[in-house]
Amino acid sequence: MAAVAVSGVDFRRPSRGVVVALILALWLALWAVLKGLHTLALGPAQLTPLHQGLNDLNDAIGASRNTNPLFLYFFNEIRLVIDEFVILVQSLIAQPAFGRPLPLIGWLGVVALAAFVSYAAGGFRVALLAAAGFTFLGLQGLWQESMDTLALTLSAVLIALLFGIPIGIWAGLSDRFAKIITPVLDFMQTMPTFVYLAPLTLFFLIGPASATIATLIYAAPPAIRLTAHGIRNVPGDTVEASESLGATRAQTLGKVLLPTAKRTIILGVNQTMMAALSMVTIAALIDAPGLGKTVIKALQTLDVGTAFNAGLAIVVLAIVLDRVTTAAGTRVERARQNRNPLAAKVRTGGLIGGGALTAVAIWLSYTYVWAAEFPSDGEIGGSIAKGVATATDWVQGNLSGITNGVKDFATLVLVDPLQSVLTGSPWWLVAAAVVAISVVLGGVRAAIGSAVCLGLLVATGLWQDAMATLASTLVATAAVMVLGVVVGVWMGRSSHADRFIRPVLDAAQTMPAFVYLVPFLALFAASRFTAIVAAVVFAAPVAIKIVADGVRAVSPTTVEAATASGSSAWQTITKVQLPMARQALVLATNQGLIYVLSMVVVGGLVGAGALGYDVVAGFSQGQLYGKGLAAGLAIVVLGVLLDRLTRAAAARTGRA
Amino acid sequence: MVRNGKTGVRGAGVVLACALALAGCGGAKVGDTGSAQSGSTGDCGTFTIAINPWVGYEANAAVLAEVAEKELGCKVTKKDLKEEVAWQGFGTGEVDAVVENWGHDDLKKKYIEEQKTAVSAGSTGVEGQIGWYVPPWLAEKYPDITDWNNLNKYADLFKTSESGDKGQLLDGDPSFVTNDEALVKNLNLNFKVVYGGSETALIQAFKQAEEKKTPLIGYFYSPQWLLSQVKLVKVKLPPYAAGCDAVAEAIACDYPDYDLDKIVSKKFADANGPAFQLVKNFTWTNEDQNLVAKYIAEDKMSADAAAKKWVGDNADKVKAWLPGGAK
Repeated sequence: MAAVAVSGVDFRRPSRGVVVALILALWLALWAVLKGLHTLALGPAQLTPLHQGLNDLNDAIGASRNTNPLFLYFFNEIRLVIDEFVILVQSLIAQPAFGRPLPLIGWLGVVALAAFVSYAAGGFRVALLAAAGFTFLGLQGLWQESMDTLALTLSAVLIALLFGIPIGIWAGLSDRFAKIITPVLDFMQTMPTFVYLAPLTLFFLIGPASATIATLIYAAPPAIRLTAHGIRNVPGDTVEASESLGATRAQTLGKVLLPTAKRTIILGVNQTMMAALSMVTIAALIDAPGLGKTVIKALQTLDVGTAFNAGLAIVVLAIVLDRVTTAAGTRVERARQNRNPLAAKVRTGGLIGGGALTAVAIWLSYTYVWAAEFPSDGEIGGSIAKGVATATDWVQGNLSGITNGVKDFATLVLVDPLQSVLTGSPWWLVAAAVVAISVVLGGVRAAIGSAVCLGLLVATGLWQDAMATLASTLVATAAVMVLGVVVGVWMGRSSHADRFIRPVLDAAQTMPAFVYLVPFLALFAASRFTAIVAAVVFAAPVAIKIVADGVRAVSPTTVEAATASGSSAWQTITKVQLPMARQALVLATNQGLIYVLSMVVVGGLVGAGALGYDVVAGFSQGQLYGKGLAAGLAIVVLGVLLDRLTRAAAARTGRA
Repeated sequence: MVRNGKTGVRGAGVVLACALALAGCGGAKVGDTGSAQSGSTGDCGTFTIAINPWVGYEANAAVLAEVAEKELGCKVTKKDLKEEVAWQGFGTGEVDAVVENWGHDDLKKKYIEEQKTAVSAGSTGVEGQIGWYVPPWLAEKYPDITDWNNLNKYADLFKTSESGDKGQLLDGDPSFVTNDEALVKNLNLNFKVVYGGSETALIQAFKQAEEKKTPLIGYFYSPQWLLSQVKLVKVKLPPYAAGCDAVAEAIACDYPDYDLDKIVSKKFADANGPAFQLVKNFTWTNEDQNLVAKYIAEDKMSADAAAKKWVGDNADKVKAWLPGGAK
């Protein structure tokens, strides 16, 4: 993939692409001879000493749980605080509490509150959207489940921000700290949740605390990264000016750095919320209340309709939270630019009026049943479920012949050949080829990084599984990039297309994969290809969005000049827009890869085998726990390897 | 533009306020109905059941919960957990009972023998079978396919994109015991085990295979709600004899029949409260469980509603489970 980004860019030294091609050709030639030698294969039930050791460690921790002071005085305290906090939020909006059969604030109060907060943070339009979205959740017949999910998500996000923003500020101010924290964040984001789900319940028991912590481990990194990024990008002269005026460091931070970085920080909050929502179904595996449970329960009986209805509620929550935080970000920007006294007055009026109304609504929903419990007449959840079930049945019944043909063909010409080269080559041959490619693309430092990663892969004892996963990952990423470029260019060139496609992309990103896995299984059977398709559905939206933004950022005058000089649309795209959006393409590849890797475990649930299955099996069977953990580590290492490699290649391309 | 917008907000606000005020005057108040708290909790206290993720299990748990709540006045909490996590919960006091256990000798060793946090509470009366199954149309078309001796003859039929030049034997959720890799090897079958990775993948595969009349052979088990829709046919493997599965790598015999049992936390058992007695006394049959599972999976009833219906129809069976002194 990186080769694609590089080729045709550097005309003075075309050798780089050629060298990579030569390395690949040599690899293929050697593979043909050495096939099947030193492949480091390991059967599904086989363990290495490392895996056994991890098992023993896990058992030892479990056995000492009730005597170990670390548990008694540290983890238990953390658990208590988080449990209390989440239960408090739940009793506000989701669960019966304080001797009442219903939560303190009923649906009317929550809808009003959501609208009011959206108005205050964003504006009138998002307030309407929030009110409509929340009402829709009730109409779906999923009010309580949605509120449970919202309560858990918001709690996790609040705790993530409580720690994430200070850590982000520190990382923004200190280069050394940033260097330490970045790998930690990478680890938190790429380590599959399945790996730490079971241990979490050992440390923090089964309950809100474990679910919250599982969520925030995955969701906190974006807030930290973007806060640091925002602080770092404050123009140096602004900071100098402030310091030369005699401001202390605290003053500079509070008066200059934070306000200037506010918009980026809000973007971080946004990303954290989205990440937290994507954990809803997985957290349900350790009894997290809410929509995730509905999805998982429905799938036990292949009830795609019900699962979809619940998935749709998650999408609605995600879109509301996304649009409100995005609007908040833009408002901050606008407020900085113009301070119209009249607009400010109107806004104050709106806030006071809205606040009063909200208070009334909350009181009503506290007092009266009609405002507390969402009325069940006029529910549309059942019809949604039925409609989706009918549609899925039709698709499964009528298209599975064709789709299975597609699967067989794609597996035969793409997945199988790639996988047999990667898993069939001696491990040292693969390693040598990857290191050589790293030298060409990223230089010596990149090569050292690759060598370390490859060594770690061997150490996990799961080399062959890692190579099988890598093969599927590469195919999926290639598909993601094809989609990314085609749809991204289309969206970048037409704001009309953008408006229609963007909500679809949002839905694809936030709809829990579990929902579409069932029809995918019918269409493509349990296979590696199914896993690839699922990964593409999840990862393509990110790539498409990045490419679209990149294409749109190409200056309109350049595009006009090209059109005026008689270039066809095709020429404009291939000769002007795509080359100028090169950085965006590289970023899209990088993010596409990371997102595809985050679906490896989901793939393991639908026939991908390899690392994904190892992780799933480790979660399910005690004696495979260590192996699952090792597989999780292997996924992290693969992620780091591919991430660093694409980035190093990109940096070189940028400089060339 | 901006001004109009904001005035609009206010206008709408005033209207809404009036509407709210009007509507707010009537209607029942929260907590008025008296349905807030039901009955006393008696001496039963709280009873936490783990809900392992399959329908048959849920049927057991829902019926037990229904009886515990209605007859014994317990406060029942259900926690949705996979097996490993549920067993772990015995030690931390987070789980009282697991009410359908499939073998799991590894967990028994770890939690009953080593950590001593769990104890067995006897059979559920349900008999579990694990084995290789084919969809009914296939068994009808090739009657001899249900004998393992003939499987190699049909290996070509089962080829897929995942199994290369061998036949595919589909496996499912890794939570269940599987000896399939060893079986294939030791019986010299020209098959490759392909790991579907989830129960969902298995169920969908068998359902699809029967609907589309495509060949499929895979790991499955009974009782399972799908069997009431698609009557999968079990393939005969060399019969099980005690000890033939002692060495994992050398297994060449069928899976044993499983007496599905109940596991409870040691603390819960020692306290010997009414909820524990109920769990201990609970037994029913495959038919009973299948019926409740059918209510849930096919009739789309909630687990609670399904349990209530069954308990209502089977008062005599339920009576036998109740602890001696209860009403």
